[in-house]
Parts: sequence; structure tokens; C-alpha cells
Amino acid sequence: MYVAVKGGERAIDNAHAWLAEERRGDLEVPELSVAQIREQMTLAVNRVMAEGSLYDPDLAALAIKQARGDLIEAIFLIRAYRTTLPRFGGSNPVETETMQCERRVSATFKDAPGGQVLGPTFDYTHRLLDFKLAADGEPADVAMSEPHRGATPHIMSFLDREDLIQTEPAGNDVPDDLTRTPLELPASRALRLQSLTRGDEGFILGLAYSTQRGYARNHAFVAELRIGSVAVEMDIPELGFAIEIGEITVTECETVNQFQGSKTQPPQFTRGYGLVFGMTERKAISMALVDRALRWKELGEDNLGAPAQDEEFVLYHSDNIQATGFLEHIKLPHYVDFQSELELIRKLRREAHDAISREAAE
Amino acid sequence: MSDYNFAYLDEQTKRMIRRAILKGLAIPGYQVPFASREMPMPYGWGTGGVQVSAAVLTPDDTFKVIDQGADDTTNAVSIRRFFQKTAGVAVTEATAEASVIQTRHRIPEQDLRADQILVYQVPIPEPLRFLEPSEVETRKMHALEEYGLMHVKLYEDISQHGDIATAYAYPVKVEGRYVMDPSPIPKFDNPKLEMAGIQIFGAGREQRIYAIPPYTQVVSLDFDDYPFQPTKADHACDLCGAEESYLDELIMNDAGGRMFMCSDTDYCATRRKQGHVGAQGVPYKEAAT
Repeated sequence: MYVAVKGGERAIDNAHAWLAEERRGDLEVPELSVAQIREQMTLAVNRVMAEGSLYDPDLAALAIKQARGDLIEAIFLIRAYRTTLPRFGGSNPVETETMQCERRVSATFKDAPGGQVLGPTFDYTHRLLDFKLAADGEPADVAMSEPHRGATPHIMSFLDREDLIQTEPAGNDVPDDLTRTPLELPASRALRLQSLTRGDEGFILGLAYSTQRGYARNHAFVAELRIGSVAVEMDIPELGFAIEIGEITVTECETVNQFQGSKTQPPQFTRGYGLVFGMTERKAISMALVDRALRWKELGEDNLGAPAQDEEFVLYHSDNIQATGFLEHIKLPHYVDFQSELELIRKLRREAHDAISREAAE
Repeated sequence: MSDYNFAYLDEQTKRMIRRAILKGLAIPGYQVPFASREMPMPYGWGTGGVQVSAAVLTPDDTFKVIDQGADDTTNAVSIRRFFQKTAGVAVTEATAEASVIQTRHRIPEQDLRADQILVYQVPIPEPLRFLEPSEVETRKMHALEEYGLMHVKLYEDISQHGDIATAYAYPVKVEGRYVMDPSPIPKFDNPKLEMAGIQIFGAGREQRIYAIPPYTQVVSLDFDDYPFQPTKADHACDLCGAEESYLDELIMNDAGGRMFMCSDTDYCATRRKQGHVGAQGVPYKEAAT
């Protein structure tokens, strides 16, 4: 005798309780605090802020704790929270030239005003496990020097002065907000950049890598990569002027790409742009490469049919919250549709068998 | 729960969704883009349906959620709880008592009335998607009413398999204009798409809403010599004996034993309460459920 599957509610409650227990792990081990995650897992926090599109290190750290370290799950928590927040308005564009740089490197010039600053990078570490960290090693003393004061001009501006780099038209209007209007194609570059900056790091990285390997190759030099804090200012209508509402850390990458020219225009370098919340340089460089690949139409290049050139392909598949939700939904029951397929395939096989035996009889 | 607005979404968002719904009702079968929000459940798990439900629910409504026809599947439970928590609306498992029914993959067996709304969860709203992956292209095809590709696909099915090899999400033409994906309901349910109730389809991840107003003509695509045939398992329900309802097949043991039961759990329970007993059923009161 079949007992119908009941008890979904109790199963869900019990699953949640078990999840909470697993999250805490061994009670003998001290519990992680949100502050510890915020301070010691900063790059994870940065990724969650970037792809969650919400600059709040405390909430990102909380989300990472709640998600048991599953960063896409943490990003999802942040997105679901973010969407409940009111939108007060748009800030003025951040002036990255005034950034207090913690890191600033250029691959195109040996030196430039403002200097090269390596900053806290993994770049030249030897990837050897540091067993001292397992024994609670305290960091060694860090040498200090005078910080660079004043603005740090963009490397690109030097090329700009010589007219060697293609100019970007200034956009005065406030761009659409990807999270408030449905994406319709073709999308403006502003929308594309919004989509890329919150897109999945792995996906954007893979696409960028594909351009380097020849799928719409446009050899990119990192003209400049800078990481540091910038002021966010907003015009307050009641006041009639802009005030600083906070400071955020961002990573900015500008690439200078192979030149192009035409009968009317002498050859010029072109550029790709990446700007991402937090210290997220892999993402920012990837973003710049994909941005550049997506610009083929406006720059009069050929469509080579490469994935990174296909705006619809890139924008519709870069969001990991959309992707993971749809991917994982195939865990849900599908027995109604599967049943209809079962019946169809039985019918088709029956008909095929009948036809074969008819032929044999003849 | 007072931390959130009634039915979770803020009023501005609901207004935006209601506009999309009204536009959808005005152009039956047309996919209206809307600024889908991130919901606290994953994309692909009914976020489109949840946003539509949130936009149409009022405090006086009675809400029912089914997944695969059943009220007690885990995701149906989760969505029902969500609205109990955020909207405090009454909930029911009885089709007749509900004013708003959110569904995944089924249309209830019992005919809906004019005062009922059926909200569908839609994974891929574009009926032409698997023939043409580009959204830019498919929107153009709809605009030009260029549906030849779909007919070629159905024709190729017949030439290859001797039959139209689509068993669910079977494409329909709405009011002689738009070809529409009825969501992954079995084609058995297609004839029920012409009904008294309002039908609204929500695709959250794909940011589309579409609708079928009451008594709108909905025709399943077919050919004169290969007419559309709604199909179901050739059995009666083993619990309630119903012969006209869509059935789930259950594997009972590893010797190939199986039984069939109504996918619509409320329909089945109601019939058993009325005294109907299927081949393997027991009278309702003694049932363990």
C-alpha cells in the first residue's frame, strides 16, 4: 500500500536545523566572528561585495559566515538583501585620479608620475605553503614610507595628450540601472560595464582568457592597474551642491589595445575598462579585456563570431546568481514533465516496433 | 513579520509588475519585459511566479501553491510559507477555495472560476528559444509573426518519429497572434488553457511576464493530418479511480511493479473523500495520509 509522500514541511525544518549545526562545525573549535571574516578574509569579502553589488564589508562578512564560505551563496544573500533597499539616487562619477592608491602598476611605462607601487600583492610570492601561519605566526614588521600626496594622474592621460588613444565621449546623462530596468539589447556600454562588474569572476575570467588565446584577440597591455580608496560624492538637491557620502575601495584597470585606423582616421590605440569594488584585480583586468572585445561594432572591427564578442551571450550568462539558480533548479521535482516524456517515448517505440515487425512479416 | 512590506515587495516594485501584467493582459501571449527583482529564493525556483503573486495578492486573498500538481512538494511548501510569513494571507490546499493559485508544471484538474487567478512559474518563456538561441532574433520573429521555424520543427518531428515529439511545454497560439510557451505543463493540460480564470505567467530570471485573459482562444499548434492530442498514462488513478486526470507513475519495487495516481493531490483527495476508491486505494478515512 502506497503512502503518499507527505511531510515536506517537517523535512524542510529539519534540513534547516541540520544546516545550522553543520555551519557551526565542531563546538570545541572557537566560533568565527563576522569581524574576523571581514578583517582576515578580505578578498572573499571583496568578491561578495563586487558581485553582490553592495558595498558593505560587514554584511558581506556576515553573508560569508551564513553561507559556510560558499561565495556564490553569500553573493545571493547580499543580492536578495540589496533589492529590498530604496534607491536614493545616483552618485557623481568617482574621480579615480584622486584615488589614494595602495597599489598602482603600469605594464606600458617603466615609470610615470606617481610611480609604480606594488602594494600588498601576491604577485611575487612563491606559492609555497607557509606553515608558520598554521602556528599563528604574527606578521613581521612592515617598512613604512611617506604616502604619495595629491592626485595620481592616469597613465592613459599621457597617451591622450598625444592623441594616441581613442577618446571616449563624455556621457552626461545618468545611465540606466541594470537592477531597476530589464536588460534590452543592444545594451549601452554603461549597462554592459554594470553587467560585467557584477558578473561571475570565473566566467569573466574565462571569457577574457579566450580573447587572449585567439577568440577575438585584441592584444591588451595593462596601461594601468590601480587599487585604493576614492570618495563617493552625491548631489543633494536640498543643498544644491555635492557632499561626500563615504569612501570605497575600488580596483580600476585600463588596458591599451592594438591600434586600428581607417581611411579617414590615422591609427590609434583603443581601450578596455574595468572597475570593480574592493581589491579585485583579477576581475578588473578580465572585465577590461571583455569590455574591449564587446566594443567591436563601435570600433568598426569584424565580428569573428567569438563568444566574448557576443553581447547577448556575455550579458545573459555572466550573472552567477541567475546561472546557479537555474542550474540547480533541475534538482526540483520534474515528474510531471518526465511522465509525459515517458509516455511519448513508449508510444514512439511501440510504433517503431510495430513498423519493424510489419516489415519482417512482409 | 513587520520588517517587510506586505507580500515582501515594495509598492513601487509591485506597481511596475502590475503594469507589466496589465500590458500582458492587453496583448495576450506577448512577453512583456519587466525589471525582475532578486528574490530571497533562487532564480529558476519560481521567482517569476512569486513576483506576480506578490503583485496580485491582497490581504483578503486565499492562496494555494502547487508544484507538479501537489501542495506538499518541498518547493510548494517553501513558497506557501513565504507568503504566509510576508503577507499573512490565508492559505488552502483546496482548489475551489483559493483565489490565487501559484503553480509549477500543472493546471488544476478542477475548472477555475472567473474570480480565480492562476499564476505560472516559467523557466524559459520563449517558445522559439531552442530553435533560435538569440533573444534579439526571437523578438524580431514574434514582431513579424514569423513562426515558420516552429512549424518546420513540428514537421521534422513527424518525419523523424511519426509523431510530434513534444510532450510538455507544447507551443500554443494565443488569440490567433502570438505563439506562446504555456510553461512546462504536460500537453494533457493544454486544452485547459481556455478558461474562465485569469492566467499570468512569470519568468523571473528571464525578466518576462505574459498573460492569457479569461476565455481567450488558445490553440495548440498542429497539422490537419496530425491533429494535437492531449495524452496521459492509459490507466485510472489507483487511489481514487479517476480516469480523466493526469497521472504520476510510481515505481513500487525493483521487480517493475508500479502504480498510477493523480498528480493533482487536491483533486485526488476530494474524490476519495466523496467515496471513490481506486484499484489499490483504501476508503479515505483509513488512509495514512
